Amino acid sequence: MTSLDPAPRQDPPRFTWAGLVLGACRSSVLLPGIVVFAVAFGAAASAKGLTLFETLLMSGVVYAGVSQLVAMELWRPEWTYGAVAGVAFVTMTVNARLILQGASLQPWLSQYRKRQNALTLLFLTDANWLIGTRYHTEGGRDASVVLGAGLWLWIFWVGFTVPGYLLGTMVSDPKRYGIDMVMPIFFAAMIVPLWRGAKAARPWVVAGIVALVAARLIDGYAFIVIGALSGALAGALLDDA
Amino acid sequence: MTPDLGAWGAIIAILAMGLASYLCRISGVVLMGYVPLTPAVRRGLAALPGSIVVATVLPLIERLGLAAGIALAAAMTTMAIRRSELLALVIGMATIAAARALGL
Repeated sequence: MTSLDPAPRQDPPRFTWAGLVLGACRSSVLLPGIVVFAVAFGAAASAKGLTLFETLLMSGVVYAGVSQLVAMELWRPEWTYGAVAGVAFVTMTVNARLILQGASLQPWLSQYRKRQNALTLLFLTDANWLIGTRYHTEGGRDASVVLGAGLWLWIFWVGFTVPGYLLGTMVSDPKRYGIDMVMPIFFAAMIVPLWRGAKAARPWVVAGIVALVAARLIDGYAFIVIGALSGALAGALLDDA
Repeated sequence: MTPDLGAWGAIIAILAMGLASYLCRISGVVLMGYVPLTPAVRRGLAALPGSIVVATVLPLIERLGLAAGIALAAAMTTMAIRRSELLALVIGMATIAAARALGL
């Protein structure tokens, strides 16, 4: 619809300091969780025999904690092309939810230049997707918030991998500190600001039921994508009228 | 047998993981750029964020157990009353710690 609009297109918005700072502030409630998770990943990586450089490289370029911990389960001293393809494939299945998170941001991000979005999306994770989605739901339109939150958490994610690596296995079990619950709690709390009445929540019921069934039938994290797609499909098919 | 990648194997594996993650991060935005925003697509996109949240959380409750369910309910209740992510996180974490300490 916008592409057929005869009105002259406005210049793409720029990133703003105010937005970057707002994103960093909103993401700061997650810092304790990110720090402990980063320490746990660093410890797991040192236990698996990665060098400190490799550990930092992974936190820096992958920046997706669950997929990094899953990769540690598959880590090996010797690598073949087949093994590399295998770990890349598993990473993609664990992170496939980011495809849908990106899709949900697209109508907002489409006003920005491609290279701006290429940068913002480099730092897309559950945390800043949730923060950005809430901000947008409440009327915010500055995508710098997504970038600011992602960048801010990235600094801590990479930085606190180091003490974890050096401390080693004494801190490698995230569950011992309840840190496995930080993102689930943040996700659950986010249902409240997303709530737009029972009618708008009907697709969520579909998403939840399908995800529960998929989680029983399929190993891994496919349930997120299968459930969320079912919810979106239900939303598209159920008429608002 | 595929050849051994030698000393660079781990680095190549890490870069492959990074590439796989970045493809996930950009492909949703890129693909939706080619989908016309019909009313049905708009409704689907509107339902997507809540669907992602519910589809992520519900099976986790089932996997993590009763203590996790109680903690998430406490966090949501806190959020509904005070609208503060920080408070919701604190209450949720305190609840999971208490529930696990009680052996739930």
